[in-house]
Amino acid sequence: MIVLYSYWLSSCSWRIRFALCLKGIPYEYKAVDLVKGEQFSPEFEKLNPLHCVPVLADDHVVVSDSYAIFLYLEEKYTQKPLLPVDPQIRALNLQIASMINSSIQPYHMISALKDMEKMFGAETKQWAQYKIDKGFLALEKLLKDVAGKYATGEHIYMADVFLAPQIMQAVNRFDIDMSKYPTLRRLSETYKGLAEFHASSPQSQPDACITNNNL
Amino acid sequence: MESEAVNLKLYSHWMSSCSFRVRIALNLKGLKYHYVAVTASSKSDPEFLKLNPLALIPVLVDGDFVLAESLAIIMYLDDKYPQYPLLPHDIPKRALNFQVAHIVASSIQPFQNMGFLNNFIEKKVGPHEKLPWAQSVIRKGFTALEKLLKDQAGRYATGDEIFLADLFLAPQLYSAYKRFNISMVVFCVLITP
Repeated sequence: MIVLYSYWLSSCSWRIRFALCLKGIPYEYKAVDLVKGEQFSPEFEKLNPLHCVPVLADDHVVVSDSYAIFLYLEEKYTQKPLLPVDPQIRALNLQIASMINSSIQPYHMISALKDMEKMFGAETKQWAQYKIDKGFLALEKLLKDVAGKYATGEHIYMADVFLAPQIMQAVNRFDIDMSKYPTLRRLSETYKGLAEFHASSPQSQPDACITNNNL
Repeated sequence: MESEAVNLKLYSHWMSSCSFRVRIALNLKGLKYHYVAVTASSKSDPEFLKLNPLALIPVLVDGDFVLAESLAIIMYLDDKYPQYPLLPHDIPKRALNFQVAHIVASSIQPFQNMGFLNNFIEKKVGPHEKLPWAQSVIRKGFTALEKLLKDQAGRYATGDEIFLADLFLAPQLYSAYKRFNISMVVFCVLITP
């Protein structure tokens, strides 16, 4: 069985939990307590020398980084595809996921914020909010003409899997005003109607509320 | 790079490592393209912002289709122009290439690009802090990459052929020792390809 190393509050872990639920792939959940520093244990270091979650172990194959894990799952487990066949819509999904994975989320990931807080103090949260707003503005412009029920049309794909946790993090942790982003806000409401979204959400995870979430 | 029928247009900056990745892909595949140089001032041009609302480069235009983000562009090119494949057939090895690409694209490059260094580090702390910060970020990422690749690398990062990981590593390595004076002595695997 697939093993997923995850932290309940991690948006990157949420993406993979969401993908696994959407594809109907069962998995064993292994919690990595980022507050207690379990990501720095020698055992976890062997899994991911960057000390980040999620990490996926599938028999002898170990993959870290949510973008890489997502594409691995998509290529190996072809049921309920989360990437379209059309090459341009496929590329658009890869672009949207990449925008989130490289230009938004890195600036508010827990470890980065801790490093930046040592130097910049309380202004760090403002910087994270600025980067989220900048990224959301770009996503809104990109999606307003292509979105249907979901981000790139009528089917749920990779872009949605990355967007859903990102929007929730933005609202819950960084007080982002979603009224500025009507398309993203509408999509977020759509995701909340999905059983797979709730099953993969932080509060539904085995390690939820066990650790101190005051990060 | 003009040819008799150029459908591909690349918006690029000569110093941008993200643009460099795509230029390598285009050259490996033998694809001709029209090079459009983007400067700091032209990035705020409304016409450019229509192409890429994040105002980042590179941007690829293929006929009417506009695409940003280097990984998306490279995978689009690899799907559409299959000569000189940039990903191996083996699924776990493909995953390793995606991992390496994203370590560079998400854990290293965003924290040492000019926008972050100039608009955040320099403004909040001072110009003297830019280099130490960038070096720290790069060393942390390279240390992780070294561990990830030590049992995987051959002539190139994931074996004996150039794949996606190399397209992301090469510009990052170039930037590390040309711009940020990173000593590569301790990174035995990274320095070899």
